[in-house]
Amino acid sequence: MSLSSEEVRHVATLARLALGQDEERKYGSQLSAILDHISQLGELDTSSVPPTSHALKLSNVVREDAAVQPFDPASWSSNAPSADHGHFRVPKVLD
Amino acid sequence: MSAICSLTLHELSALMDKGEVTSEQATQSYLDRIGKTDPKLNSYVTVNAQGAIEQAREADKRRSRGEKGPLLGAPVSIKDVMATKGLRTTCSSKMLENFVPPYDAFVVKRLKDAGAVILGKTNMDEFAMGSSTENSYFGPTKNPWDTSRIPGGSSGGSACAVSADLCAGSLGSDTGGSIRQPAALCGIVGMKPTYGRVSRFGLVAFASSLDQIGPMTKDVTDCAIMLNAIAGHDPMDSTCASEPAPDYTKGLDDGVKGLTIGVPDEYFVEGMDPEVEKSVRSAMSALEEAGAKLKRISLPHTKYGVPAYYVLAPAEASANLARFDGVRYGYRTPSATNLNEMYMKSRSEGFGQEVKRRIMLGTYALSSGYYDAYYIKAQKARTLIKNDFVNAFKDVSVIMAPATPTPAFGIGEKSGDPLGMYLSDIFTINLNLAGMPGVSVPCGFSSSGLPIGAQILGNFFDEALLLRAARTLEKALGITGRKPVI
Repeated sequence: MSLSSEEVRHVATLARLALGQDEERKYGSQLSAILDHISQLGELDTSSVPPTSHALKLSNVVREDAAVQPFDPASWSSNAPSADHGHFRVPKVLD
Repeated sequence: MSAICSLTLHELSALMDKGEVTSEQATQSYLDRIGKTDPKLNSYVTVNAQGAIEQAREADKRRSRGEKGPLLGAPVSIKDVMATKGLRTTCSSKMLENFVPPYDAFVVKRLKDAGAVILGKTNMDEFAMGSSTENSYFGPTKNPWDTSRIPGGSSGGSACAVSADLCAGSLGSDTGGSIRQPAALCGIVGMKPTYGRVSRFGLVAFASSLDQIGPMTKDVTDCAIMLNAIAGHDPMDSTCASEPAPDYTKGLDDGVKGLTIGVPDEYFVEGMDPEVEKSVRSAMSALEEAGAKLKRISLPHTKYGVPAYYVLAPAEASANLARFDGVRYGYRTPSATNLNEMYMKSRSEGFGQEVKRRIMLGTYALSSGYYDAYYIKAQKARTLIKNDFVNAFKDVSVIMAPATPTPAFGIGEKSGDPLGMYLSDIFTINLNLAGMPGVSVPCGFSSSGLPIGAQILGNFFDEALLLRAARTLEKALGITGRKPVI
């Protein structure tokens, strides 16, 4: 299993990561080695095995839809890189 | 007063009950020791000096009003992956370098309610991804037994701080062994409870179906004391178990007579460190002498644990870490002209190498065309691995195995080889996939003086049984008091 630099770039774009050329090369070979190791899973006959997404049986948890204010809204924007009047500021979305 | 720092939680609380020492004195002793010793070890990211003293004074007031409790006034540390109100929580990442949570994680709230003093936040692999605490934006943590070696990871700061007497106990988190592996490599006790036993509310998510918070302590009794404080239902975590938690300090000394201990063939593999094997086998013999029966068992899908984990955990991580976009909190690049560029650059500059590697791996496994081949396949392998344990526990009460294949390795030894690093977790990862509890207990030392840990694994919600077996082992071996010379 070997990832081409095109594939590495495609995955990086999906993950919203901008990689330098060095990183691209390094991740390409490292991820290929890891995927090789992972390919052992192919030895398993799983045709009649159900997938497990959680170790314990989970069921939906419901509660009364009661309004609460657990936090002061101002405390949320205090960690924002850029905030204004309780809103988050971002660079322009459309050119 | 530095002798105070070497006490266990239960020893310290007994002294405070008798009025021989105050929480403020104990807290000051720890702060002094951290100031003197931690520059050599780097176990703390943030020391909460002023806050800790205030909390200690408050605890002393509560005690003087007649309140009691094993954690009242006890100075502890918290892995920097759990939210602490007003105290920065970085996940050892540039991304969260200046993040100050507006709320406490459930476990932090529970510790504070019990009167514990928060000394500070401990170092870790960035976003809990790693096995050595080398992947920290704030530099690696050293192993107190040999500072040229790693303390394990990702809860390496907590393990180091407990081992080096820089706190009386700590909380770590364990997604693939991140409590048990560093506990073993630093010679302390570390428990990963059953998935859902402890609320994850306020724990920065890595792999949500695997993450679990647990105690890291100087001995088994302390482990039970801390688990008592944090276990139980929390409506804020919908995956949190609703069954009531027992008092884990009850029955600790009831022994192991009549227990059957499973010894899995797959955990004693060729190529493992002979000193580790010898030490763990003699720990098993000690429990046999104490009245337990040993039984060889097989967990046939063991070798598929690492490959399944390195699909599932990165897949969940890639989704969980999508929230770090430079908008609401965290690092934002200073140089972006539009929104998409801002996302890409903030993430690329804010995340470290291992985090990006895992996001890439997870994104690949979840991407169109590979989802069935990787993600679903790994979830099916997870079923087989879990069933191995379910079947084993039909015949045995607990399972015993080494916690790690080798003692602590050198700083830098595996940092250029991600796959080699991943394989250092072979003995801990599968338990997370199964969702079951496990505890790592010191069981000996290598000829070069490095700690070795045995792991006791149990069925769902069998924490009390694990602690009883661990306590029996601790008493039989009598090595808990040995301290590193720093």
